[in-house]
Amino acid sequence: MDLDEIRDPKSRLSHSEFGRLGRIGSMGEVNGKWGKIGVTLPPNGFTKDIEACGIAGLINTNGKTENGKRVIDMITTMTDRENGLGAGYACYGLFPDLADSFCIQLLLDDEEAKENVEEFFKRKANIVKDEEVFKKPVRGMKGPYPLIWRFFLDVPEEVISASPHIESEDDYIVDCVMNINEKINGAFCMSSGKNMAVFKGNGWSHEIAEFYDLAERYNGYMWLAHSRFPTNTPGWWGGAHPFNILDWSLCHNGEITSYGTNKRYVEMWGYKCTLLTDSEVVTYLWDLLCRRHGLPKLIATMALAPRYFDDIALLPEDQKKIATELRMTYGRAMVNGPFSILVGTNRPNPSMIALTDRKKLRPMIAAISEDENTVYASSEECAIRRVGDAKEVWAPVTGNPVIAQLYRGLVWRGTEKQFEGKKIKLEV
Amino acid sequence: MPEKMEGIRIEIPSRYKVNIDREKCKICKRCTINCTFDTLSFNGERIVADHDNCVACQRCSAKCPQEAITIIDNQMAFPFHAAYDERIRRIGWEQASTGGVMLASCGNDLPYPSIFDDLVLDAAQVTNPAIDPLREPIETKCFLGAKPAKLEFTETGDEITLKTNLPPNIELSTPIMVGQMSLGSISYNAQIALFKAALEVGTLVGTGEGGLHPDFYKYGKIINSEVASGRFGVDANYLKKVAALEIKIGQGAKPGHGGHLPGEKTSKLISETRMIPKGTDALSPYPHHDIYSIEDLQQLIFALKEATRYRVPVGVKIAAVHNSAAIASGMVRAGADFITLDGFRGGTGATPRIIRDHAGIPIELAIATVDQRLREEGIRHKTTLCAGGSIRYSADLVKALALGADVAMICTPVLIAMGCRVCQQCHRGTCAWGIATQNPAYSQRLNIEVGARRIANLFHAWTEELREICGAMGIDSVESFIGNRDRLRYVGPNPKIADIMDVKHAGEAWG
Repeated sequence: MDLDEIRDPKSRLSHSEFGRLGRIGSMGEVNGKWGKIGVTLPPNGFTKDIEACGIAGLINTNGKTENGKRVIDMITTMTDRENGLGAGYACYGLFPDLADSFCIQLLLDDEEAKENVEEFFKRKANIVKDEEVFKKPVRGMKGPYPLIWRFFLDVPEEVISASPHIESEDDYIVDCVMNINEKINGAFCMSSGKNMAVFKGNGWSHEIAEFYDLAERYNGYMWLAHSRFPTNTPGWWGGAHPFNILDWSLCHNGEITSYGTNKRYVEMWGYKCTLLTDSEVVTYLWDLLCRRHGLPKLIATMALAPRYFDDIALLPEDQKKIATELRMTYGRAMVNGPFSILVGTNRPNPSMIALTDRKKLRPMIAAISEDENTVYASSEECAIRRVGDAKEVWAPVTGNPVIAQLYRGLVWRGTEKQFEGKKIKLEV
Repeated sequence: MPEKMEGIRIEIPSRYKVNIDREKCKICKRCTINCTFDTLSFNGERIVADHDNCVACQRCSAKCPQEAITIIDNQMAFPFHAAYDERIRRIGWEQASTGGVMLASCGNDLPYPSIFDDLVLDAAQVTNPAIDPLREPIETKCFLGAKPAKLEFTETGDEITLKTNLPPNIELSTPIMVGQMSLGSISYNAQIALFKAALEVGTLVGTGEGGLHPDFYKYGKIINSEVASGRFGVDANYLKKVAALEIKIGQGAKPGHGGHLPGEKTSKLISETRMIPKGTDALSPYPHHDIYSIEDLQQLIFALKEATRYRVPVGVKIAAVHNSAAIASGMVRAGADFITLDGFRGGTGATPRIIRDHAGIPIELAIATVDQRLREEGIRHKTTLCAGGSIRYSADLVKALALGADVAMICTPVLIAMGCRVCQQCHRGTCAWGIATQNPAYSQRLNIEVGARRIANLFHAWTEELREICGAMGIDSVESFIGNRDRLRYVGPNPKIADIMDVKHAGEAWG
């Protein structure tokens, strides 16, 4: 993008507001879409997120809801893992009264963008409710602050049957989100799941928590948090984590060396990588593997971070067959390079999943509370110690997930052997 | 055909000169025995050379115990003309002498720029750690065959059930296999050396279009057998013996051409292999005469699948041509479990020179466009994309994989490993190194064990270099490298090429 493009008459800001190229807060264009740089569009020259990060999360597997205080404590303790250029939170179970509607939470440049989104939704779905998301100015936190709005939507049944390409309301919502992020100027979908929402922005993790009033305002049974340390690019609101599609939220610490392969793979399945970060692609992989292909979560982790063939060779025949065929079928879905991710989902079984790459080049530690009702995961042990009620703290094994599920508790610790305790059947 | 005429062959300068150091030469005559091109002889007094016949295969020089022989380019001056260079003039002289189509072999020798050489690789720095393949595992295993779009599982309690059956796949220890070279184009010893090497490496070898000699049935599990337009050597027994079947539609060295093995080459050995009478010409038609369109191809694919009870993957090979992407898409939809693209530098045992040097497109573009087309149509998983016919060394291999090929196919590098000097005389059947000949006297010059070891060494070296490149990029398994064009950058002169390959220019960052 050169200066002339920024000065395009399409810009809704006066010339005096332009500073150097792509200044944060000025208007710009990326891939044909207009928006405010640093908010709904990435800063100039920025194409892909490369970063180190802190991640923390907790789930009350007995379903008890809590406000954001504890997760904020966890993430803000790991100060070395952020540099004030982005942080975010995901909360699950916060809209019990509207749990059956999709909650689309958006970053918007201005009223006009909001009206365009509203128009779009009016055409596409039934708006059950919409409201501005609470925010308050935070001392020292750099602007510009976007307008933040949430829409609760129901998908009319007839639109599913009317479209030959859309099989479910989930597909329909994915399509809407892709449309907004790709085409509606000045609008960016932060989250689009049911009974969950993502709160993120450009700032320190404590600033973002204060900005959205997360310590008091919302109660959920599961919280995920992320703080960014981008190594070579400025932060922007949309580029902060967690990344979300439907109920899938993803906090990611790492750099995906297989990005080109993974991106082309998800694109083959109709996803559009519009957010320009490698973390986005992992979010889509979860949606593809678990929701659309129906892989059990444990199996999905074996596709994303597979065991080595040498280890697979040691398994009993049935297990070996499944592990090998997973690698054969999902080779392009394998996420390579250093990563440590925390994933939240709401349907069909609300769960928190923590996973590292198979060499564990990024940290991940897990814990369970004294009463065994809360499972924690974070980049560093200090975050868990800060909360202070851990009965046991352990390091999950390389490429081995921690899976905690609502009403079932800790179902996989990440220290088991592959398929340990699982009965394997082949119906082929 | 013009009549033969006295003096029709005019005197033209030889291409090479054989220098014999008379001080060193002990007249042991070993060179005269070793020369298979009638260049060196003993005139009763000393060794003499007929320079016109020399092809610079270097056999005499290598076997001279006195190191007395040097082959040099003929320094004869040609009056300068930039357009009518020496090559063009020689073609004119030759064609005027014979009135025939110029024959050639090996691959395209013209100085077309290699796009591989215009691509540079990425490496991990700071934000992602590079991986040392000597300390950490880096996996190169891959599978040849169709894959399902997804696996279907059900989960009830602790019970996990897999409900998807995979089509047949061949496990390869490394994403490199030996392409199609027939017994006929290469010697009996050369083919055994290939089979032995592939057994050790854990990869496949193509049989070429000549069928499989019964002696080689025992190597069936590493053999990718070719079904070409002549159907030479194809019967039900043969089909059941091999690991994979490949229908040959086209070959990179001669797109739009069939094969021609003259009757004098059809020895007892070839006759047993190709299942034709001794001394008859083995002419394979330009097209398959039962395949004039895509639905015919589908019928042949399924005829082969039926014959082998769906136990082996069936692939289709085409030359890389302008419309490869659409053709490949049709092939996959017709049921090809793997497709092989053969680039315009691909080799051959014999081909008209004009086809070898001028038909087809660079393999780099074919890989990129076919991979993209198959992804756009959502059928990329249904096939394994093999690419060959231009892959000269491991650098080309890694770039081919990053552009989107699943497996690389190599032939000329394998011959070079066995000692081939690339003199490009394969079509004459008098290979002095025992590689591209059916003359048992020459064939036995190739030591099978040494040849096999050298080929296995080459595969090992390439695989290790592939690991080094993956490790440097922070990738620990080759499947994360395939189609990962984001790790390539273009430094060549033509940005249009970069666009077609969906590769950014050097200097552009990630994304």
